Amino acid sequence: MSDISGELIDRVKFAQQHAQPLKIIGANTKAFLGRDVSGQPVNVAAHSGILEYQPVELVLTARAGTSLLEIQQTLAEQQQMLSFEPPLFSASSSGSSGGATLGGTLAANLSGPCRPWSGSIRDMVLGVQLINGRGELLNFGGKVMKNVAGYDLARTQAGALGGLGLMTEISLKVLPMPQLRLSLSLAIDEAAGIVLMNQLSATAKPIDAACWLDQRLHVRLSGSSASVEQSARAWQLDYGFAVDTAGQQFWRDLTEYQLPQMDSRQPLWRFSINPTSAPLEVRGDCVIDWAGAQRWVSGEQEIEQLQQQAEKAGGSVALWRGGDRSAEVNQPLPQAMQQLQQRLKHSLDPDNILNPGRLYSWL
Amino acid sequence: MGRNPLAIPVKISQSELAALFGEFIDPQYVIADRETQKPYECDGLSMYCEMPLLVVLPETLLQLQRVLRICHSYSIPVVARGAGTGLCAGAMPNAEGVVLSLAKFDRILEIDPLARTAKVQPGVTNLAISEAAAKFSLYYGPDPSSQIACTIGGNVAENSGGVHCLKYGLTVHNILRVTMLTVEGELLTLGSQGLDSPGLDLMALFTGSEGLLGIVTEVLVKLLPVPEKAQLIVAGFDSVSAAANAVGEVILQGIIPAGFEMMDTHAIVAAEAFVKVGYPVDAKALLLCELDGTADEVEQSVQKVASVFKRLGATSIRISENEQERAQLWRGRKSAFPAVGRISPDYYCMDGTIPRGQLANVLTKMQQRADQLQLRVANVFHAGDGNLHPLILFDDSVPGEFAKAEQLGAWILEYCVAVGGSITGEHGVGVEKIRQMPIQFSDLEIQQFHRVKSAFDPLGTLNPGKGIPLLKNCQEYRALRQIQPPKQQTVAGEKP
Repeated sequence: MSDISGELIDRVKFAQQHAQPLKIIGANTKAFLGRDVSGQPVNVAAHSGILEYQPVELVLTARAGTSLLEIQQTLAEQQQMLSFEPPLFSASSSGSSGGATLGGTLAANLSGPCRPWSGSIRDMVLGVQLINGRGELLNFGGKVMKNVAGYDLARTQAGALGGLGLMTEISLKVLPMPQLRLSLSLAIDEAAGIVLMNQLSATAKPIDAACWLDQRLHVRLSGSSASVEQSARAWQLDYGFAVDTAGQQFWRDLTEYQLPQMDSRQPLWRFSINPTSAPLEVRGDCVIDWAGAQRWVSGEQEIEQLQQQAEKAGGSVALWRGGDRSAEVNQPLPQAMQQLQQRLKHSLDPDNILNPGRLYSWL
Repeated sequence: MGRNPLAIPVKISQSELAALFGEFIDPQYVIADRETQKPYECDGLSMYCEMPLLVVLPETLLQLQRVLRICHSYSIPVVARGAGTGLCAGAMPNAEGVVLSLAKFDRILEIDPLARTAKVQPGVTNLAISEAAAKFSLYYGPDPSSQIACTIGGNVAENSGGVHCLKYGLTVHNILRVTMLTVEGELLTLGSQGLDSPGLDLMALFTGSEGLLGIVTEVLVKLLPVPEKAQLIVAGFDSVSAAANAVGEVILQGIIPAGFEMMDTHAIVAAEAFVKVGYPVDAKALLLCELDGTADEVEQSVQKVASVFKRLGATSIRISENEQERAQLWRGRKSAFPAVGRISPDYYCMDGTIPRGQLANVLTKMQQRADQLQLRVANVFHAGDGNLHPLILFDDSVPGEFAKAEQLGAWILEYCVAVGGSITGEHGVGVEKIRQMPIQFSDLEIQQFHRVKSAFDPLGTLNPGKGIPLLKNCQEYRALRQIQPPKQQTVAGEKP
């Protein structure tokens, strides 16, 4: 719980003056994401602490280095939560307490199984304070639910992997916890499973997770107990779903990328595509999360063949973990888009010192 | 870049430009005469008017692209326009520029009920999407009050909200992919059919950028399942602060209403006189709380909310018994603006956002300030997310009244910032709030906005003069402020 923003500003200014790239590190739980970059490490984890939280406002403001675990515990005392079910990486953290930080989670835009229904961290961001590549401390967005003044440079931080600024403070919308969560599962093949998970998503039932793997569809209902129980009964009757008592552990493993199918010794590929896309032609079995919109496959694959399929399915594929991380790991972008992204980065980081090359070699 | 080879732009006359457009656009859609241009002189904020050089209504993407390329080569300002329902003069023409109307791009291209998406052109109205999706029991979430007329392209440009955004989010939360043209006429796709995309999230940046970064040519929106049931509770309170407390208490009960609106006594009386829906005209504040979800859930929540209202001193409670009654009760709220229009020759609608806990304080202070200026203010707002819409009543035929209304409006926005809020929740900055931007942002932040703008539009020809104030004007705007910031407060980023 300390404020080291002055020190962080000095680090960035020094780096700019000496044209010295920086590698921004929170709890270092997601070093595997993006491309390998070299740069002077700058640690943000010590810049931590919850600054403002009033349950009635549904808004929490914390320093970027605050651990998600601390935030979740604080929210839980008021029966509230981070609605995007982020991975905590709490076991894999290296020395720091409590795993993933808020800043790292936003930089990586990581959200759990409920993402299609409850939104992502990108959706919940209200405001960000950051240090740009000139060493200027800037505030974008705010601490209120709605704010359309100025360009939304707060939300644009999501998924930028630190390339658009060193985040120091983040304000988020938080939500009440559901009264009840109930997991169901059903034996079904892949193609039919994809259709069913999309059909269920189009109903007004309180579904908030749907994942297919190993010839089984797992769904979760969350909300008021009346609504969850009534919906679960209906789906048991209509489709033959059975209550899955091991559900809680399953969703946690999925959220933390710890399912056996996500073997950390193998390259892990992630598709982000149209949820209704037919089964992908890949080596090995897919884990199909987000009701079809996020699909995982591990092992050696033909990258170009995966990219073609992703494009056909209206989305993209990334080498998410493992493999060669000095090459490009994200789907190539058209020339005009590349140039625009470079210009945007340049507008915030003219000397290319903030995590250069982490997303793409050219960014 | 580098498409503009001319360091000093060659001047082109209105007739030459019209002739150039007339080569590929039906000349009746290239409007040069003042009379036909008249309807384009302003958007929904009619106090701000300007006549453009030309109005052009292309019908195809290719035509649109050529218009942009020509304008770019002559450095002619381009102001994109949907239905012109905006409330910040964001679509006010530029005297030397072209108004680019997207009205002819009004087709719904595809609805995919399984993927729950609709692919639409920018000129499609917000409501038309929900109407077309209704046969699949789906709808489009954001519902600005102007939804009958406003277009999805304009919604993307303004990041529009509406009555239901506390639960269902703003435009930015409900779109998957935007196809846009850059100022140079380059076609780009932001987002994808998936839930995220590789690289920087330009869609997040583009949404709400008020036509300053590019022109929307197609939008893939998310569709939501129509809830099984929705019920509306209307409760009167004998003070604004009692109603404000009730809003907070419902949220603390873990309930997120689909819509949570408040009206003050002026608005209640005006709305009731206008549509006669049975609002309690003696109440000082009225809450409209809509709950939706599965049938059992709604039943449970309605009871909970009603008992909170009762406990916190509601003077009347009415719960809609059927769809007809629900629609009728909403009608009062939805017609509140025109209703207020009947009790005053003119009104000026503001759009600040505040932390919910500041509601009673801000309304009290606003009333005091209005009294000082001898103006009346009616309040209709999204209480659930702290988005105020004070309606300042005035008479434009009385000299000096609009200036007074503007002064009060500016004071309200400054006060919103002073209590930790924002100068605009959903209407945008446009021309109207440009003088309040330096109240909310430091010079360094405004400079950063200009740099972002330059990354997309180096010549600054897309909707110039809107959204972001010129740096050289910021000090002057700050000098005019009515509320001085506390002394110890340093502006973000300005380290000694």
